[in-house]
Amino acid sequence: MTRLARTMRIVALAALLGTGTVATAPAGDAARQYFPLPTFRVGAYASSGIPVWAGTIDYLRYINEVEGGINGVKLFWDECETEWAVEKGVECYERVKGGRDGSPVPLFLPHGDPVSKALTEKSVADKIPLVTTGYGRTEAIDGRVFPYSFTVLFSFWSEASSAINYIAEQVGGKDRLKGLKIATVYHDSPYGKETQIPLDLLAKTYGFENIQIAVPHPGNDQSAQWARIRQIKPDWVFLRGWGVMTPVAIKTAAKTGFPVDHIIGGIWSGSEEDVRPAGSVGKGYRAITPFPAGQDFEILKKIKAAIVDKGLSDLKDPKSFGSVYYNSGVIEAIIAVEAIRTAQGRFGRKPIDGAQGQWGLEHLVLDEPRLKALGAEGLVQPLRLSVKDHEGGGAGKVLQWDGTQWAAVSHGWVKSDRDLLLPRIYERAAAYAREKGITPRGEETAEAIAR
Amino acid sequence: MSFFLETLVGGVLAGVMYALVAIGFVLIYKASGVFNFAQGSMVLCAALTFVTLTEKGLPFWLAGLVTLAIMVTLAVAVERVVLRPLVNRSQVTLFMATLGLSYIIEGGSQFLMDARVHELDLGIADLPVALGPIQVSSFDLVAAASAGALVLGLALFFERTRVGKSLRAVADDPQAALSVGIRLPALWAAVWAVAGFVALVAGLLWGARQGVQFSLTFVVLKALPVLIIGGFTSITGAIAGGLIVGAGDALAEIYLGPLLGGSVSTWFAYGLAVAFLLVRPAGLFGERPIERV
Repeated sequence: MTRLARTMRIVALAALLGTGTVATAPAGDAARQYFPLPTFRVGAYASSGIPVWAGTIDYLRYINEVEGGINGVKLFWDECETEWAVEKGVECYERVKGGRDGSPVPLFLPHGDPVSKALTEKSVADKIPLVTTGYGRTEAIDGRVFPYSFTVLFSFWSEASSAINYIAEQVGGKDRLKGLKIATVYHDSPYGKETQIPLDLLAKTYGFENIQIAVPHPGNDQSAQWARIRQIKPDWVFLRGWGVMTPVAIKTAAKTGFPVDHIIGGIWSGSEEDVRPAGSVGKGYRAITPFPAGQDFEILKKIKAAIVDKGLSDLKDPKSFGSVYYNSGVIEAIIAVEAIRTAQGRFGRKPIDGAQGQWGLEHLVLDEPRLKALGAEGLVQPLRLSVKDHEGGGAGKVLQWDGTQWAAVSHGWVKSDRDLLLPRIYERAAAYAREKGITPRGEETAEAIAR
Repeated sequence: MSFFLETLVGGVLAGVMYALVAIGFVLIYKASGVFNFAQGSMVLCAALTFVTLTEKGLPFWLAGLVTLAIMVTLAVAVERVVLRPLVNRSQVTLFMATLGLSYIIEGGSQFLMDARVHELDLGIADLPVALGPIQVSSFDLVAAASAGALVLGLALFFERTRVGKSLRAVADDPQAALSVGIRLPALWAAVWAVAGFVALVAGLLWGARQGVQFSLTFVVLKALPVLIIGGFTSITGAIAGGLIVGAGDALAEIYLGPLLGGSVSTWFAYGLAVAFLLVRPAGLFGERPIERV
């Protein structure tokens, strides 16, 4: 790194420490759309935050630089550092929820399962949609009860179901799941436990043995858990880690003799940052994700030409371009931009507020032709959101680590058993509504509110 | 029976890794009576420096030497900038200073190098090795051997060198040591430098196991019960405490975990530490303070 670059970083840090936010656009332009970013570039999870936010910011820059904004409405954003901590995430939300320079907040990306849960009720009061891609409360799929929470793409229940369906593909069909031992090694947190109910349901449906093994946070020693695995001898392990837990699990599996290619990582155990520290023993490890890695997607090529190659990228480490985390940021930004575009179609070509953003999300259609037009075919799964369905997709791709990079090994998107899961999800949402005294809204009510 | 043995041995070997971190705490506590909250940050700093240098193309041995030099420089700087101005202040003040120091070292390390996760390959295979009826990890055996060598080296350092003897004198009676001309600032710098070396060894072994990343600082969470059980003033105690915590955690997770819904190791070591505090407050090998009344 040059001395100049380092000096610039020091100046940037000083600015960050001094103000708490980093702005990217001049103030006082209400014709622009405000887009707050609760980033985490320092702290325990900075290694994942840096590429994620780079992907998001690069796509937003691409929209501004190449497309002239969303229907001519340019985006501007500022960053608020959360360190991936709940209290700081909530503080950032409170700071930005009123919008900036007259431009409202169309939606908020909490980027953390705990903070998204902490903001569930606040977001309803403030009418600001929380978009949680690949995390968040599964029951929020039911937008009648959770009007401002959007568990878009791939909920944890869908993640579990898709993983089981992939195992079924590997063993020759769902009827062959019967009698298999499938152990879930999970991060002992609400996020980690979120798949216990669907796995129980799937085990009863398909007849496999469902074994649950908890790993306490942070998971930097798992000798006991993998000794249990060695004792139980499962056919497959579904690994739902976070942070350091994943590389340690892979290494400990290898040292206890469990075949790494029979471990399927979950969404947050499936990035380069998760598997690279495991070294050569990580070869063969698989993971299911709604964020496929790779640089060959059309939109990635466009971003590279228009942003990265021109030195406009937010990415400091070029090796991360096309990584799972970078692409997840791009995917998240595509969904957000398309929701704003959809809302503009209904409310006019102007900055969109949270209630309008909610309408845009609930009418978001990213079908094959639209994805092709965006250059996101294969990168983003087809989505169709509605009041009753804030997830829209529910499928993931399985990637396998070849020692240096991920390769997709599933036949396209592996779908979850949504028909089996949705009734149970709606039941849980209804129970939540009863507990909180919420009157679920219908499709008509939603439209009337939007009007 | 072989499963029990395997779990026990696996736990003991994991405990050695915790003991490595705990030794760093003991060194500084012995010399100054300060619980150095920044030890975990020093582990991160050492590992991150080493891996950054090797990624820049420095050979393993040279990267080790340069990292050691940086850790010694850091130790001297800590003594000059933080500890010297706080001489004769209460232990709580010094503890708070190390708390602040930990954030500075963590943030500074990530800022000057980066926050990415780095792979660290020490060339030691982490694969199962059959020892009779049980399997152990070859890496864990090397870690145990490293810890043994480190303890031996530190024992020789304390017994045979002038600095080591001075340290023991300061630990026994700081006022008496000062009255016979022992220079406390130089000693503090020396002991922080040795703690930096211990942090480097711990950082390399933990970094090779989990990748060099911020979470290396979390390792200290398990070093705390190790210290309470073994005693804050004894390197032997740190090793014994590490073995007890490692074995206890592993056995509790296997045999109590299924009965109590899992994740027993989150609290088991701390429960054990509390029991020790009630029964043997100075730990297994710690010095019991004698007070005349």
